[in-house]
Amino acid sequence: MSHVEIMTGNQAAAWGAKLAKVQVISAYPITPSTPVTETISQWVERGELKSEYIRVESEHSVMTVCVSASSVGARTFTATCSHGLLYMHEQLHWAAGSRLPIVLACVNRGVGAPWSIFNDQQDSIAQRDTGWIQIYCRDNQEILDSVLQAYRIAEQVYCPVMVCYDGFILSHTMMPVEIPAAEQVDRFLPPYKPHTILSPEEPRNINPVIFPWQRRDAEGVLRDGYMDIRWKLQNALEKSRDVIVETGREFAEAFGRDHGGMLWTYLTEDAEVLIAGMGSLATEATTAADILRGEGIRAGAVGVRVYRPFPRAEVREAFKNAPAVVVFEKDISYGYEGALCSDIKAALYGAGIRTPIHNFIAGLGGRDVKARELAEAVRSSLAAIAAGTNERQTWLNCVTE
Amino acid sequence: MEQKDDNISAMCKPAVGEAGRTGDWRDATPVIDHSKCIASVKNRPACYLCWLYCPDGIVTAGVPVRIDLEYCKGCGICAEECPAKAITMVMHGEDGK
Repeated sequence: MSHVEIMTGNQAAAWGAKLAKVQVISAYPITPSTPVTETISQWVERGELKSEYIRVESEHSVMTVCVSASSVGARTFTATCSHGLLYMHEQLHWAAGSRLPIVLACVNRGVGAPWSIFNDQQDSIAQRDTGWIQIYCRDNQEILDSVLQAYRIAEQVYCPVMVCYDGFILSHTMMPVEIPAAEQVDRFLPPYKPHTILSPEEPRNINPVIFPWQRRDAEGVLRDGYMDIRWKLQNALEKSRDVIVETGREFAEAFGRDHGGMLWTYLTEDAEVLIAGMGSLATEATTAADILRGEGIRAGAVGVRVYRPFPRAEVREAFKNAPAVVVFEKDISYGYEGALCSDIKAALYGAGIRTPIHNFIAGLGGRDVKARELAEAVRSSLAAIAAGTNERQTWLNCVTE
Repeated sequence: MEQKDDNISAMCKPAVGEAGRTGDWRDATPVIDHSKCIASVKNRPACYLCWLYCPDGIVTAGVPVRIDLEYCKGCGICAEECPAKAITMVMHGEDGK
């Protein structure tokens, strides 16, 4: 039987890993992700979770352990954030390039310099081009559910998945979370079948030096060159959209909770302005939409749940009739604009949609973002758009002079 | 029809030639003078410093000593180490021969 417990986002992530019966966990502690693996290590130590918990000296080694374990057929999990994730960066590429369905809980935190332990999404956005699928969660229930979905997606498309959620805002905030029954999870999540098993019976060279060109192996088979293999990764991520959507749908049927596949919408149908974001900021946007509607402004919210692969079609569908779009995000691509804003604009370009889009950089390094501040920002954008300003970048609640 | 590479990541079975035939990297080819090579002269297994020092492991310690030119990259270490000066590195011409 499923049951409800009051728990933090970190505990919800740990529960997701436990229910997925992960076989190998490796982690190095870093605030605010530490409680995820602390919780798991207690379960392993007490014998409540039959897994190998491998302690290492750094996040770089964490991901090498995950890559190795996944290569020999183990379901593998880790959690990290910020500088830990950045330290892992090289191995994130190795995990994706090796097509290993590792799941990582990324507890979004700002990156230095200067030091910050507080929340923004710069850490995972900076890993955008590593070939990992990225899911951004809104609440603690979605964290648990997304970890389960992540394994099912990853093990079908053979790509690693990062389940991202905002540090402290979700990681250390307690909410009621329904813990599904183990048997129900087992029915939803079939065992991991690796695409290759490294075993002494059938020795292989994994990831040898690959030349630019295709090459015949010793048996005369024409083997892929580097670029052909990299195209397969791109193709897998492009095609994973269908698997992500289908997994969300089947999860909803099995567990009665639908978190949206690639993207979710709130009061968008008649909206004169759409507020877009990811993670807890997008949840805040729904409250802002309510506030604005209370004032007679028909606002709606769009949450990008999966950032990679980018929901190109869903974004076009959601924004095609919007007279104005305001994108709030907790990251900045220095020297340009918010990464989400750029990607939304790029998706609309192909569909010929010329909606005015304003970009707000908000909440970096944990600066508080309140729904009424979002509503106020949207009002200022609507006034500027009415006056003909189609493009604008604003740093919310920030000294910029 | 040609067999397609169905692997989704890079891998191969360990086999001779799997790392690529590296002999074509060579600018100079080692040539053994068997009238000087100690193993050939004594007509029994002997010396084999060329075999010991070859970084690619492509010298066969036999009588006579053999060098696999499919893989020899032409580094010249064998010629340098040979105590009998039995190995000469012959530079290739500009035509690559």
